[in-house]
Amino acid sequence: MNRLQQLLTGTILFSLGTVVHADYTLNMPVGVTELSRDTYDLHMMVIYICAAIGLLVFGAMFYSIYAFRKEKHPVSANFHENTKIEILWTVIPFLILIAMVYPATDLTIRHYDTDNAEMTIKVTGYQWRWRYDYVDEGFGFMSSLKAESNAARQMDSGIDPRRVQNYLQDVDHPLVIPVNTKVKFLMTAADVVHSWWVPDFGWKRDAIPGFITDAWASVDKVGIYRGACAELCGRDHGFMPVVVDVRSKEDYQEWLAEKKAVLEQENAQADRTWSKNELMVKGEDVYLSACAGCHQPNGEGIKGSFPAIKGSPIATGKLDDHIELVLEGKSTMGGFAEKLSAVELAAVITYQRNEFENDSGDLVQPTLIKEWLDDLGYDVE
Amino acid sequence: MAFVTNSPTDHEHDHGPAKGWMRWVVTTNHKDIGTLYLVFALSMLFVGGTFALTIRTELFQPGLQLVNPEFFNSLTTMHALIMVFGAVMPAFVGFANWMIPMMIGAPDMALPRMNNMSFWVLVFAGVLLLSTFFMEGGAPAAGWTLYPPLSIQGAHNIPFVVFSVHLLGISSIMGSINIIVTILNMRAPGMTLMKMPLFVWTWLITAFLLIAVLPIFAAAVTMLLTDAHFGTSFFNAAGGGDPVLYQHLFWFFGHPEVYIIVLPAFGLISTVVPTFSRKHLFGYSSMVYATGSIAFLSMIVWAHHQYTVGMPLAGELFFMYATLLIAVPTGVKIFNWIATMWQGSITLETPMLFSLGFIFLFTLGGFTGLMLAMAPADFQYHDSYFVVAHFHYTLVVGGTFPVFAAAYYWLPKWTGYMYDEKLAKLHFWLSFMGFNLTFLPQHFLGLAGMPRRIPDYAVQFADFNMMSSIGAFILGFSQLIFAYTIIKAIRGGEPATDEVWEGAERMGLEWNLPSPPPYHTFQSPPSAELIEKVTTTEVTMT
Repeated sequence: MNRLQQLLTGTILFSLGTVVHADYTLNMPVGVTELSRDTYDLHMMVIYICAAIGLLVFGAMFYSIYAFRKEKHPVSANFHENTKIEILWTVIPFLILIAMVYPATDLTIRHYDTDNAEMTIKVTGYQWRWRYDYVDEGFGFMSSLKAESNAARQMDSGIDPRRVQNYLQDVDHPLVIPVNTKVKFLMTAADVVHSWWVPDFGWKRDAIPGFITDAWASVDKVGIYRGACAELCGRDHGFMPVVVDVRSKEDYQEWLAEKKAVLEQENAQADRTWSKNELMVKGEDVYLSACAGCHQPNGEGIKGSFPAIKGSPIATGKLDDHIELVLEGKSTMGGFAEKLSAVELAAVITYQRNEFENDSGDLVQPTLIKEWLDDLGYDVE
Repeated sequence: MAFVTNSPTDHEHDHGPAKGWMRWVVTTNHKDIGTLYLVFALSMLFVGGTFALTIRTELFQPGLQLVNPEFFNSLTTMHALIMVFGAVMPAFVGFANWMIPMMIGAPDMALPRMNNMSFWVLVFAGVLLLSTFFMEGGAPAAGWTLYPPLSIQGAHNIPFVVFSVHLLGISSIMGSINIIVTILNMRAPGMTLMKMPLFVWTWLITAFLLIAVLPIFAAAVTMLLTDAHFGTSFFNAAGGGDPVLYQHLFWFFGHPEVYIIVLPAFGLISTVVPTFSRKHLFGYSSMVYATGSIAFLSMIVWAHHQYTVGMPLAGELFFMYATLLIAVPTGVKIFNWIATMWQGSITLETPMLFSLGFIFLFTLGGFTGLMLAMAPADFQYHDSYFVVAHFHYTLVVGGTFPVFAAAYYWLPKWTGYMYDEKLAKLHFWLSFMGFNLTFLPQHFLGLAGMPRRIPDYAVQFADFNMMSSIGAFILGFSQLIFAYTIIKAIRGGEPATDEVWEGAERMGLEWNLPSPPPYHTFQSPPSAELIEKVTTTEVTMT
């Protein structure tokens, strides 16, 4: 039936004469949730209704153009206004609308029903990455565009996007959720409005700074589902994909245990003293993923938009000012206190103070950052 | 010509236009100001079109080749602002200026000096807006909706954009007041409201709509300005404000805005279709009531642009129902045009081709509008290329096809020369094909998951994007044919008769004036017989 439906839609949509090609997706995905399937059905129902109306309206129009052209019909009739027909063509469309509204209302209500969720994920939009917090488990992580895509998408990168696997649709750390589980998503944002969209789940929801919106999904098929930020959020709006890795319940538990173990290890790392070399190597990684988008890989910034790190009064001035700025943010740059770990923060500040001919010689240890975070009231663990 | 108004016995001096270029600066003549508006609109069409073609060039293939993402965002933002406020709206004002006085038998617009001022304010607003491209930090890049917090993120351009919006608003409100005053006070005796040509009616309603919603937009952007520079927190959650409040304010203006564009377009189509069907409009009064209903409904549906912001369920449902209702009066319009053609005697000159193209493509845009109105389905469509396809099917088709139709329709009247029909038809067919090649594939892109406003995309979207870019170049460059055809018709050609189109002298007062009409027309009102002749529907047109 689905295949037939797709074929029909394809024919209808392509009646204007473009070429059908096997690789293209022409229609909305049916998706992997109850909501996405019902959304698809609603979408198809409206298409069929429109196609039927279109057939009548365009039929009458093209028939008129043909049958009442001047050569064939030199003398025009003179009739106008007919109350009966005018009432008909007001009432019939109204009835069709009522028929459409019924399933649409029902589906809207179900979209809004986030009760009885089995787990909760908090999604936070940042410029330009996502953060996923496992509210019930008490941990979370950032999810950014994968390095291969990021390299290829730079202006004149010389890398053919076609050779990059899942170009612009892959992240370093996908969201992992279990199959057949009602997951409630709480959306918010740290800087500007974003919108979290996975077409296979059947919806998108805006992530708005200062507010929490919600939605839900219960995915019934294991797999990897890809989406994107849908609300314009600045220069790299096109480069913050969503990837959700849906696993079997057992695999999910296994992943959860592993993830927790790794996090514990990383926390332990934050308490030891790091060498300058370690900090610089780690710092470069962090800089390139978190800072270079605006301040540029060479640290020179973009004049008028993003200040340079190279020779900047902050990066070469008082250390406290530099730490505070990175943690708390300034004007268009949101604070990094919650986006990066203490180790990452220590490393990237050290890197900024010693790279790009800044040569301050300052070393920032993760323990110092933890003290700062504690003073500022952030949750250090 | 018995109806020419500049009879030598007039007491008035028969002024011609002032000499030299200062004529265009100081003119208070509705025809001159109409021309100024139309020339401005056409030049902005090319400016906005250049932005669009730059966007489509970048999107020709995956990867970033031409512009960086920040500039790309400026291009999409400015493309929309320039097209909406610089090209489409002024084009309709241009026709209003040219035609409303001639259609209702008035000597000029009621407030000629204000008319001049509203045009020149518009020019300054446009220049101010475009100047942001040369500023530190560049032109606005948050989309034409200027959603905060993004729009005020470190933007140096905000004061300029906001003042430009204020100027545009002042210009439009002055223009609207002028149109309302002219229509309500300056109709020739016998030209009752329910006898006015539909184009006049649609403009009357549009003018009220403009006055109702533009101040809201002005207020919203002023709040942006104070948020950005004076420490207020209207839209800043950290200070107790609400970013979604801006969206509500914007769309309270933004949604009626699309009808501000398309209602006069409906009026033009209702003018052109009867002429080339040689048959009176099927339901004059129902067309007037439909226009009024659409205008009213357009003011209570705004939040369907925000289905995904997490509104309360009741709000979501209300806006869905109200939005769907618009389909009813819009349907009435389309059925009326087709009923007008039914049993007519149809010829397909270029104005008719563009009108039919409009009816066909606008109806398709209406269908996708019906789909988008369904809140749960919109959770998929929203902010995807499906939306881009939808609003280009309604706004490009609604904002340009009727304008082209009207330009070809009245050009012979204005210049006294017939335009080159072959070139004009070529213009139509290339525009029609280019348009569909550009925007039809965008439906599929959106359904397949491509978000809008992105400078680069995943590779499975590559083929349709390439198709779309090729279409955009065909569509864009075929507008040069339009410009050339106009210039050619101004310079000369086959002389036009006074009625220009067969039977048109029964279609409106303007067709009873000489082609071209004298600089001042209807300095004494047209006779009762003439009004009767152009408004009666009891006589067969052929």
